[in-house]
Amino acid sequence: MSIAAINPANYARRRIFSAFMDMLCVLAAMVGLVLLALILLTLVQKGLEGMGLNVFTHAMRNTPGQGGGLANAIVGSLIQTGIGALIGAPLGIAVGVYLAEVGRTGRFASVVRFVNDILLSAPSILIGLFVYEILVVPHAPFLHGGFSGMAGAVALALLAMPVVARTTEDIIKLVPDAFREGSVALGARESVTIIRVVIPAAFGGILTGILLAVARISGETAPLIFTSFGSYGWSSDLWHPMASLPIAIYRYAAGVYDEHHRLAWAGALIITVAVLMLNIVSRVSHYLISKR
Amino acid sequence: MTAVPFENSRKLHLGESLFKILLYVAACVVLVTLAAILIILFVSGKDAFARFGIVGFLTTDQWDPVRDLYGAAAPIVGTLASAAIALAIAWPLGFGIAYFLTEICPRRLRAPLGIAIELLAAIPSIVYGMWGFFILAPFMSTSIEPWLTENFSWLPVLPNDMNPLWFWFQGAPVGVGLLTAGVVLAIMILPFIAATSRDVLLTTPQLLKDGGYAMGATRWEVLTGVVIPAVRGSLFGAVFLGLGRALGETMAVTFVIGNANRLPDGFFAPTASIASIVANTFPEADAGSMKLAALFALGFILFVVSFFVLALARLLLRQGRMA
Repeated sequence: MSIAAINPANYARRRIFSAFMDMLCVLAAMVGLVLLALILLTLVQKGLEGMGLNVFTHAMRNTPGQGGGLANAIVGSLIQTGIGALIGAPLGIAVGVYLAEVGRTGRFASVVRFVNDILLSAPSILIGLFVYEILVVPHAPFLHGGFSGMAGAVALALLAMPVVARTTEDIIKLVPDAFREGSVALGARESVTIIRVVIPAAFGGILTGILLAVARISGETAPLIFTSFGSYGWSSDLWHPMASLPIAIYRYAAGVYDEHHRLAWAGALIITVAVLMLNIVSRVSHYLISKR
Repeated sequence: MTAVPFENSRKLHLGESLFKILLYVAACVVLVTLAAILIILFVSGKDAFARFGIVGFLTTDQWDPVRDLYGAAAPIVGTLASAAIALAIAWPLGFGIAYFLTEICPRRLRAPLGIAIELLAAIPSIVYGMWGFFILAPFMSTSIEPWLTENFSWLPVLPNDMNPLWFWFQGAPVGVGLLTAGVVLAIMILPFIAATSRDVLLTTPQLLKDGGYAMGATRWEVLTGVVIPAVRGSLFGAVFLGLGRALGETMAVTFVIGNANRLPDGFFAPTASIASIVANTFPEADAGSMKLAALFALGFILFVVSFFVLALARLLLRQGRMA
């Protein structure tokens, strides 16, 4: 229907048609929102059922009835996510700064930007396969092969990098040129301008990006299957297989015991709450900083 | 701000050069990562391509570990079909939500509902997978699939070029299979498609819309006559981004697709997607085996397909930004 077809004579009919289509959209919105709300409700209900102190104090157990928990998986997730962010965030910030301040609209920067956007949404399972092949297979070119927490952290770092790069570039572009001009007018070199003026001005936004990246990688399951593999024990050794919350959920949920299913729900609730909290904190901090 | 020491800016400065080189190296890491993933996946999977031939690997649907024969047809079809089902459900719903949030919804509710949708898009996919496995699959098995069989079994059976016939809604209502995987994927990408479509709709200038209203157009006519033509490319970009997610999703699918390595012969049939077969078969594939090579070859195929879908999405979205 084009605007050229507008005809005042059948206005009433067109109004009714429009209202009908509006209603369909409202219906679609309600169906979608109710479905998603239902999932969250189920998650909270089943998650609370499985929750208990043992979840946070005991390591996983292979067989039910031994008071197994998720503590080792939570610690493993914290370690791998933390190291992943420690590697991925500085890299991502450097890429973002390069794109926004040095490369700008040049051809090389355009290619990097495009490739970064592809990496941003590439299937995470493939990142896992990639890291498996360079760090985990026997005689791997790096590390010394075998499943390890470090390999998991590297996979997560590769997933965090494009997220941080994207948000860093976007936020640095928002820094007014007057800041840079003022700095250059004082005689500062470009690197000094970037480090002392631009990055501090965009600091809040960069932090927001890092939080979002942490939120994303903390829920990633697929890449860890091929890298840190998972473990039932307390493994704080970075060079050995390491447990993680998403893998624990995956293994428990796929198992046959009811107790394990309950623990899987509890784990899913913990991870969802953590991810949502990270998102909310990053939004609130972003809001507060942009208001200042 | 502290004072900056005065220096001759034209003089080549070591720190300055080092800083720039560091940034440049970081940018190169991005390119190297993508290239390395492509190369590693191909090299690790090349044994499978070499043994079965590229065309042979793509078109055979056998997956026979005993005779060490592997083909990619079943997981490719499973991946494409489940993603297509997901889009068929999530696109209209997601667009409806986006339109609702930009035009219909009371102003005061727009921001909170929009944020809620964005938060839902951040929930890890394994949560959707678990929900699909424990809640949706039994429900599909006991209610929806029998209902579909009862009411739609008159749909004609399609003869297929390849061996199995296509039985729309017949077959055992096992609960896990192609349809359930499509539905779980749809629910998972719904908030994502809704949020990106909303961002796209919001880019239409208010002046354009007001022009439409001033000519006596109704709200729906403004949408179809003004807004959609103005942002059509970006809207497709948003959907392709969603498609890219659906194609490569692992956890939400692995739980509910049934993990049977064969071509689906109907919507209820358990089958496999590339991601699910890789996640599932990987633990039993020994290093250096043909099976592992086949899995890497599948990964390579998935990467190439995702690359083109995501590249198209980005190009469409970028075009929209300039308009």
